[in-house]
Amino acid sequence: MAALLEVSNLHAAYGPTRVLHGIDFSLEEGSITALLGANGAGKTTTLRALCAMVQTSGEISFGGARIEAKATEDIVRLGIAHVPDGRGTFVNLSTEENLRLGAYVRKDKRAVEQDFERIYAYFPRLKERRHQQAGTLSGGEQQMLAVSRALMLRPRLLLLDEPSFGLAPLIVREIFDIMRAINQSEKVSILLVEQNAAMALDLADHAYLIETGRVVLSGSADEIKQNDAVRRSYLGY
Amino acid sequence: MDAFLNQVFAGLATGGIYASVALALVMIYQATHLVNFAQGELAMFSTYIAWTLIDAGMPYWAAFFLTVVIAFVLGVLIERIIVRPVERAPVLSVVVVFIGLLVIFNSLAGWIYSYTIKVFPSPFPKEPVHIGSHFFSAHQIGAVGVTLVVLGLLYAFFRYTPLGLAMRAAAQNPDSSRLVGIRVGWMLALGWGLASAIGAVAGMMVAPVVYLDPNMMAGILLYAFAAALVGGVDSPGGAVLGGFLVGVLENLLGAYVIGNELKLAFALVLIVGVLVVRPSGLFGKVHVTRV
Repeated sequence: MAALLEVSNLHAAYGPTRVLHGIDFSLEEGSITALLGANGAGKTTTLRALCAMVQTSGEISFGGARIEAKATEDIVRLGIAHVPDGRGTFVNLSTEENLRLGAYVRKDKRAVEQDFERIYAYFPRLKERRHQQAGTLSGGEQQMLAVSRALMLRPRLLLLDEPSFGLAPLIVREIFDIMRAINQSEKVSILLVEQNAAMALDLADHAYLIETGRVVLSGSADEIKQNDAVRRSYLGY
Repeated sequence: MDAFLNQVFAGLATGGIYASVALALVMIYQATHLVNFAQGELAMFSTYIAWTLIDAGMPYWAAFFLTVVIAFVLGVLIERIIVRPVERAPVLSVVVVFIGLLVIFNSLAGWIYSYTIKVFPSPFPKEPVHIGSHFFSAHQIGAVGVTLVVLGLLYAFFRYTPLGLAMRAAAQNPDSSRLVGIRVGWMLALGWGLASAIGAVAGMMVAPVVYLDPNMMAGILLYAFAAALVGGVDSPGGAVLGGFLVGVLENLLGAYVIGNELKLAFALVLIVGVLVVRPSGLFGKVHVTRV
């Protein structure tokens, strides 16, 4: 299968602080790929670099075209939806307005209206709360909202930054199940960043292990699961 | 009783002007957390443009709408050309830029049109309107009407259009807005354009009352600032209510308590009072920072 996303020799820095030191990875169309690693390894920065939210150098191609010189707003228009670190909720807007913003760049207005129902079918809780101010939703509901906002784009590629962060295990399970369903039924490719390596490896087809800004290990999820070092350091058994 | 009612109504009429300018201030404040001190001078300058058009023989309403469009473009251009380069500059630098704009537009108007006052026409009839047994100035009723229409249109724009929603989103969460594809820089420019257009309407409505001169908005900006603070400087609805409240209070106090000479001082007392007693105003959010 062709690679949907190809990253090579990606460097990124926040001012003078260099965070990524030449990362290479690729993601196959239709797959779920996980980036694993400890706190501060550079996982979030990698996602931010893909969306031009940090200073970067290196090559990023998406669907065969180079995108590293594009602005964030234009990368969205290619079909890359980013569920950011901290969820990025528009706290003063209603749940429904948050979702509507997710479809901001879409031109097929009628299909957008139908997509509300599609999203509400995945997350009935959001339908109950659709007129509520989004800042008053619980953490889990806001995470559902962040994922839903991204799905309203009808993306080709979904970037998920720590969807499990700060949530109860049951809610994490629910969100992960829905991610799997979306990947399978709607053929959305997913790039998942997670600290919870066990859950991420259950969901993902491929995984890359990042340590201090470099890829140190890559392979299918099963291979990574079997790796002794990963088991000891990240899976804890 | 008649006199009292007339005072209240006159207060509502000027209050509408304060409300409009206050709303323009709040719109910029919400997006940038800065008060645009040049807002009043922009409105004054736009009113001069309207005067020029009418003087050249254009019918009033044609000149009115053309001026609104010109003011909008002027606002957008100022944001793109002058404000944008200092976007990331420290607060004080931006404030100095705003004050610079204030002085530039004030002097420009004085240079082009001279400092002598001009009569600005009202589109409404000269004869007072009588409702029941009361008489009201037609211009006052008209100005309140125009203000309410402008406020209604703005509300509908921000509440019901995708662009209005995008502008609200960009003002409160620029990062997330970029991630859904909103061009945040342009939303800011659009905000400046809208604020400038609202100011132009306010200027054209107040000019027949205070007469047109380069300093006509100085006092009004103070009242508008007081109005925005009373309502809560980050609450558009609050700013509008604050505008009407300040207008009525100012008029009643001027007529019955402190006299006309001290009216402007009332605005300053109100500003200081609100900042000391209730900095977030009537409807503003109380900001709590975890330390």
